[in-house]
Amino acid sequence: MANRIKSVSDLEVYRKKLLAARDPKRKTVAICTSGCTAYGSMKLNTAFREELRRRGLEQKIDIKLTGCHGYCERGPLVVIHPAGIFYQRVKVEDVPQIIERTLLKDELVESLLFKDADGKPCPHEDDVPFYKHQMRVLLANNSRLDPTSLDDYIALGGYQSLAKALSKHTPEALVKLIKDSGLRGRGGGGFPAGVKWESCRKAPSADGVRYIICNADEGDPGAFMDRAVMEGNPHLVLEGMIIGAFAIGHPGDPRGYIYIRNEYPLAVERVGIALQQAREYGLLGKDILGTGFSFDIKVNKGGGAFVCGESTALMASIEGDVGEPRAKHIHTVEQGLYDKPTNLNNVETWANVPLILERGLEWFTGIGTGDVKDNPWGGSKGTKIFALVGKVNNTGLVEVPMGASLRDIIFKIGGGIIGGKKFKAVQTGGPSGGCLPDSLLDMTVDFDKLSEAGSMMGSGGMIVMDESTCMVDVARYFLHFLAEESCGKCVTCREGLVQLCVIVDRICAGQGKAGDLELLEELGNTVADASLCALGQTAPNPLRSTIRYFREEYERHIRDKRCPAKVCKALITFSINDKCTGCTICAKKCPQSCISGEKKKLHTIDQSKCIKCGVCNDVCNFDAVSVE
Amino acid sequence: MDDAKLKSIIEKHDRDPANLLAILMDIQKEERWLPKETLKALAAEMNLPLARVYALATFFAAFSLKPRGKHLCTVCMGTACHVRGAPRLVDHIQREFDVLAGNTTADMKLTLETVNCVGACALGPLVIVDGEYHGNMNAGKMDRVLKPIKQE
Ligand SMILES: Cc1cc2nc3c(=O)[nH]c(=O)nc-3n(C[C@H](O)[C@H](O)[C@H](O)COP(=O)(O)O)c2cc1C
Ligand code: SF4
Ligand code: SF4
Ligand code: SF4
Ligand code: FES
Ligand code: FES
Repeated sequence: MANRIKSVSDLEVYRKKLLAARDPKRKTVAICTSGCTAYGSMKLNTAFREELRRRGLEQKIDIKLTGCHGYCERGPLVVIHPAGIFYQRVKVEDVPQIIERTLLKDELVESLLFKDADGKPCPHEDDVPFYKHQMRVLLANNSRLDPTSLDDYIALGGYQSLAKALSKHTPEALVKLIKDSGLRGRGGGGFPAGVKWESCRKAPSADGVRYIICNADEGDPGAFMDRAVMEGNPHLVLEGMIIGAFAIGHPGDPRGYIYIRNEYPLAVERVGIALQQAREYGLLGKDILGTGFSFDIKVNKGGGAFVCGESTALMASIEGDVGEPRAKHIHTVEQGLYDKPTNLNNVETWANVPLILERGLEWFTGIGTGDVKDNPWGGSKGTKIFALVGKVNNTGLVEVPMGASLRDIIFKIGGGIIGGKKFKAVQTGGPSGGCLPDSLLDMTVDFDKLSEAGSMMGSGGMIVMDESTCMVDVARYFLHFLAEESCGKCVTCREGLVQLCVIVDRICAGQGKAGDLELLEELGNTVADASLCALGQTAPNPLRSTIRYFREEYERHIRDKRCPAKVCKALITFSINDKCTGCTICAKKCPQSCISGEKKKLHTIDQSKCIKCGVCNDVCNFDAVSVE
Repeated sequence: MDDAKLKSIIEKHDRDPANLLAILMDIQKEERWLPKETLKALAAEMNLPLARVYALATFFAAFSLKPRGKHLCTVCMGTACHVRGAPRLVDHIQREFDVLAGNTTADMKLTLETVNCVGACALGPLVIVDGEYHGNMNAGKMDRVLKPIKQE
């Protein structure tokens, strides 16, 4: 094949050739076409291309369709390289201006720049407060590279770590390196990756087959870190996996899988392209970089089941079965996929591997908390990407060193709560995690601190909630989610969760009874104790943490039949107060037609018909609808 | 689905039962749902118990065992979208189109579904209408997006 890189030294030769052929001053427009497509970023792509063609510039200026740049709230985002000019909330109408002024004349289009709290325009990412307080390592190249171009990745130094691993390290030394680095799994449990690698390497395999799997199921609702890495920099994940395969499975017959959730079609596409290119270049497949080491990776798509993110369920699903977890008295590192030794890591875990090789142990252990020198559980090292979402001003992806405080993440980077409302809680760890109240805002975030507080690192979702979020409703939401997603194998999980739902539903419906909280706690403990996999074992966490930190809110529901956050429909009433001007809008919009009143006179709601949809409150311009 | 088409999908996946999930995905891509007759034909063609095929088809949320309407509207009910008002958005669409989530309107025009998260959580509430993503939705914007469908 034409592009095949035949040896480790040829990779460097090829990279130099690429760099020499590239004009470092060449202008490039990088458009986020990940989540920003929901804000119309594909239309920007078309507009840029048409306008450049119209001006005969299509050969002079490149357009790159990239993964998520992080500051999604300001999307669609466009970055102009090499100057790194950061434009936000870009609209199709802005395109001619950007070309005319920025691309042709090197001027800034001020109206598209982010302005900080003092109104000062921020021309570059690094000037923007959202980015300034982060440490972007895994996401560093997301706005720089075209994820469908292996050349882009190589030009930025990609696959150098693989070359180093294959030529300068033994597999055993690589395992030790990852173990010494203290890298802990980013998929949920925080298990030390090197320890897992070592067990898998040591596990006997008669025919030498060992499976290397990347868990890209990203089932936590509200989390999209893995999506961003796969769509923005897929080769980083592949490179990590290939290094892992060498460390765990060489000499032998390592085989790879990436299990991607069905809801991420673009990630499936981009990873597919990346695999194809890596094979063409001889970085994947037979005789990688001429070293005699062979390894290939297959993509499997999930079917929309949360439990399939659990390691044994995922393996069952790859084998073509329903995704039911099995007991782990036999570890998957010994007998996993097709009963072979299997090493499964999360997307972000794999993505860290090339960086550790590139920058070294000291760099990695220098970031984060604790001491991992003699104990891989002794701390949390490296950076972590969080999906900062919910009621926070700057929603997006945030990468910070382990040990950053919740306050820094939510207020310094996240810019505080939308509409100046009061912070109420932050939910971490997805359905296995918990809700942390404002008294814990100064807590530093690492694997162990979050667990101590009754939550979990999980994969990195951070859902911020304000005073208008009802914590009983949040617990109810997660219980229903889990009851729906339980695979049904264990009675405690299948039936126990349904019963927990019944009780919490009752509380939200105003039929809570004294003793309900104790009942919830007791039943929750049974579900946790007697269920097979971590879905059931951690299922009561959202419930327990909300009872622990927001007991009073539960009691208001049960005792006073009131929902202080005004969310639970059965516990609130809508009424019209004397600010009403009689504009009649609400009466027209009410789906029940249960608002009456004469024009310019006070209106009233017929409570017997009201379904508490909240439409009247939304449409009233005079603050005349009260919710109690 | 005709026999030739079904066979070509099965061949594409090497007739391997391990690829059953992918085969079902491809069938659904063609048909928009999984018709009973096709599942029977699939089981026969691959020499698998029909129960095995149904086990997968009913386990995974991605599959629909009922015909879907001409248009598909999927509302994200993930945590991030939930706290930003997704449940009220679903209520609204349910009322506007007289259809319950998970079902199709009587005239087969619109299917309303929910999903656990599509990975654009920063832009929630998120709705996908016929493959197109819409961020930061509220009832008013929803009406505008669904207007052409309503008027059809
Ligand atoms: C119900 C359930 C769902 C899970 N979902 C995911 C997931 O979507 N992605 C993931 O990486 N890990 C998930 N995990 C954790 C995996 O089982 C496993 O621990 C992890 O992928 C190992 O990789 P790591 O050590 O690199 O974190 C889930 C666990 C459970 C119990
Ligand atoms: S705990 Fe729940 S999800 Fe896990 S195996 Fe048991 S029933 Fe299935
Ligand atoms: S919309 Fe507000 S001001 Fe107008 S009639 Fe209704 S309650 Fe009164
Ligand atoms: S809450 Fe809904 S149903 Fe009740 S009065 Fe207002 S608009 Fe009508
Ligand atoms: S999705 Fe576009 S910046 Fe995050
Ligand atoms: S929670 Fe709705 S897109 Fe993730």
